Amino acid sequence: MDIKRNIRRALGHLIDCPRATRLVSQMQERPLGFRDRQLLKLHLAWCVACARFDRQMHFLREAMGKYRQ
Amino acid sequence: MNAEFLKELETQRGYLMRVARLQLRDTALAEDVVQDTLTAALTAQGGFTGKSSVKTWLTGILKHKIVDAIRRKQRDPISASTFDEECDIEDLDGLFKTSNGAWESPPSEWGDPEQSLQRSEFFDVMNLCLERLPPATARVFIMREVMELESDEICQELKITTNNLWVILYRARMSLRECLEKNWFGGKEAAT
Repeated sequence: MDIKRNIRRALGHLIDCPRATRLVSQMQERPLGFRDRQLLKLHLAWCVACARFDRQMHFLREAMGKYRQ
Repeated sequence: MNAEFLKELETQRGYLMRVARLQLRDTALAEDVVQDTLTAALTAQGGFTGKSSVKTWLTGILKHKIVDAIRRKQRDPISASTFDEECDIEDLDGLFKTSNGAWESPPSEWGDPEQSLQRSEFFDVMNLCLERLPPATARVFIMREVMELESDEICQELKITTNNLWVILYRARMSLRECLEKNWFGGKEAAT
């Protein structure tokens, strides 16, 4: 549907998947600034792929925690 | 509000963006600053005497906005740019389509991955994936995730910048994720 596509395109300009995944990774080292946090939240709300990536990154850290032992 | 004036202002946006980006080194922040500048210009339209060109006048407003932004940034350094590191990452080996930034091959659904943490075979695969990382990358990742060193400790130790660190860890995580998906989680595609 045209409207949906336009919305997705507009949202994509705010923050695209490459940028979103970089931010997800960065979050593991330090908290994000307000704007980045909001933009990322928005992106993860509509992007299934990046939402999965986010969950998988959390899992990866947990796995490394266990690996340590 | 003069429609002609509005149009005139819009044509300056590109130029203002270039200046702002050079000064701020942060595309997102530059966008905000330019938007503020154009908004301010619209409301101050009455004050534009036409003595200088529109460009010069706008540049004056922009410079003030940039100074304010820089001042605010000093107080909150964490919200500063990812611009530097974006430059480094442009060459990110085909993980995303260059045409529209979409995933080349999006993550599949792993279901309940925590279950795997009970299985020693999973950690064999994890080992394999860690071994596949390029040695310098692996070293950094291990320092961070196994030795649990803080970012600045790693940077000091290895004499790299924070941006370098982020790029390296990002690559490591991307690589590990892909390896684990291929060799353990089996790439179950949930309906997208």
